[in-house]
Amino acid sequence: MKKIVSLGIVLSLAAALLAGCGGTDSSSGGAASGSAAAPTQAPASALSGSVGTNGSTSMEKVIGSLSEAFMSQNGDVKVTYDPTGSGTGIQAVVDGTTDIGLSSRALKDEEKANGLKETIVALDGIAIIVNKDNPVEDLTLEQIAGLATGAITNWSEVGGSDAEVVMEGREAGSGTRDGFESIVGVSDECKYANESTSTGAVIANVASNPNAIGYASLSAVDDTVKAITVEGVAASEETVLDGSYKIQRPFVFVTKEADALSAEAQAFFDFATGTAANDIITGAGAVPVAK
Amino acid sequence: MKAKKFVEKLMNAVFFFCGILAVGCVLLITVYMVASGLPAIREIGLGKFLFGQVWASTAKEPRFGILPFILTSVYGTAGATLLGVPVGLLTAVFLSKVAPKKLADRVRPAVDLLAGIPSVVYGLIGVSVLVPFIAKVFGLPKGTSLLAAMLVLSVMILPSIISVSETALRAVPPEYEEASLALGATPTETIFKVSIPAAKSGIAAGVVLGIGRAIGEAMAVMMVAGNVANMPALFDSVTFLTTAISKEMSYSSGLQRQALFSIALILFLFIMVINVVLNVALKGGKKGEK
Repeated sequence: MKKIVSLGIVLSLAAALLAGCGGTDSSSGGAASGSAAAPTQAPASALSGSVGTNGSTSMEKVIGSLSEAFMSQNGDVKVTYDPTGSGTGIQAVVDGTTDIGLSSRALKDEEKANGLKETIVALDGIAIIVNKDNPVEDLTLEQIAGLATGAITNWSEVGGSDAEVVMEGREAGSGTRDGFESIVGVSDECKYANESTSTGAVIANVASNPNAIGYASLSAVDDTVKAITVEGVAASEETVLDGSYKIQRPFVFVTKEADALSAEAQAFFDFATGTAANDIITGAGAVPVAK
Repeated sequence: MKAKKFVEKLMNAVFFFCGILAVGCVLLITVYMVASGLPAIREIGLGKFLFGQVWASTAKEPRFGILPFILTSVYGTAGATLLGVPVGLLTAVFLSKVAPKKLADRVRPAVDLLAGIPSVVYGLIGVSVLVPFIAKVFGLPKGTSLLAAMLVLSVMILPSIISVSETALRAVPPEYEEASLALGATPTETIFKVSIPAAKSGIAAGVVLGIGRAIGEAMAVMMVAGNVANMPALFDSVTFLTTAISKEMSYSSGLQRQALFSIALILFLFIMVINVVLNVALKGGKKGEK
């Protein structure tokens, strides 16, 4: 009898576990479902060879989903991706060691003068989220930076209740963390209270702690948390697209102005910047720009 | 007759192959860990790697000091052992010496079930019950902390301590205890002065086994410890050796990735040492029985 009771407890725990996993999965599994729905374009001609991409680690998910979809349509083309960082990726285009450079920032003028061309593939919008019980509705970029670096330790300093700020974030190497820190200007200075390994976990932590603040990819935010407005602008696809929402950055393809791409690289470039890729880009957590 | 011989030979080969397989895996993993863990240590420098206090693997000027992880793992395991061993040992005493047979037969399966619960479940309960509880009791803004990890680990190591210690206590020859009782010692005195000392090598083996489980645990710890690379403090977010590897592995590249392998190598050495200690404890037990 005891055994049956304890077995029952274990079973119900198992059920709770399954339910818990399902909840977090829906946000992190976006890339896979996005690319599964991809093959809308007509199969391209018999291209073969390989397309090299090199650069931003933050673009890993977008490029991963795009190349997966592209390769499923063009079986003979192999798209490779070297996650080296935006700077290295741009340099690789200059050196001619890669076909397409990936940069998660706009090109600087001197880089453009160097004969490089930028094409924005997608925009990366990052929502700032707080607990639903938190009275704070709006923060400026400086306030967010202060909260992140620990310069502001109490919510009352930014118009909230008298409670200690709990900064929730992602682990080192995460594209969302890199995006948040570089846009807000707090690279490597954040004082986190918790580091989670998925966007879903950040959202769950913020949802369960009334004093928490965190950041999450725009597409992953759900109604368990409150996305605050930044300098009066709410985060949404529209405000990211028109540039009024501040915490965003472009995902850029970098190519040479003068030299034409190889046929297969051009095909991938056109695929990624075309409207057919929009769903894939959304699935990977970014905001597509193709109309 | 010939067919019988052939089957014998074949089965011998199968047994031999299976035996070699396990050894081969250990060898392969050892070689791989050393080969993939050494380059980063060489590049960073052993001293800086082991005794550096700052881990900032993706900063512009990355720093790879794993002292916070090492100390957290050592403190966390020590804390879990301090909490878990008394409870585990006394449970083993209860099961083997004190409890009526019927009751013991019901408690024992519960302990066995405890061993079978996946670590993610411990983590889940830790994060949904223990973490908010710690935050409330100690008035902290958040409950994820070294303390939470210690508490979860202390429960997780209970089964190994209890079952191994219980077996050792049962193996104590009854003559010892009868002699003690006959000389006028109370049952409690007999347990602490005769039974436990007689079973001490077995109990030590159970404790070492528990330590091995605690130091190698990643999932449950990751869910309750907060995972910030701070130097260990009881109420701070901390990162263990195991969680340092698992949290950064998915997006790592270059030297950062190699450094994660180096952490794994250090963890591997820790576990090796624990295994050697375990073997020594068990051997000591065999000698004691003579």
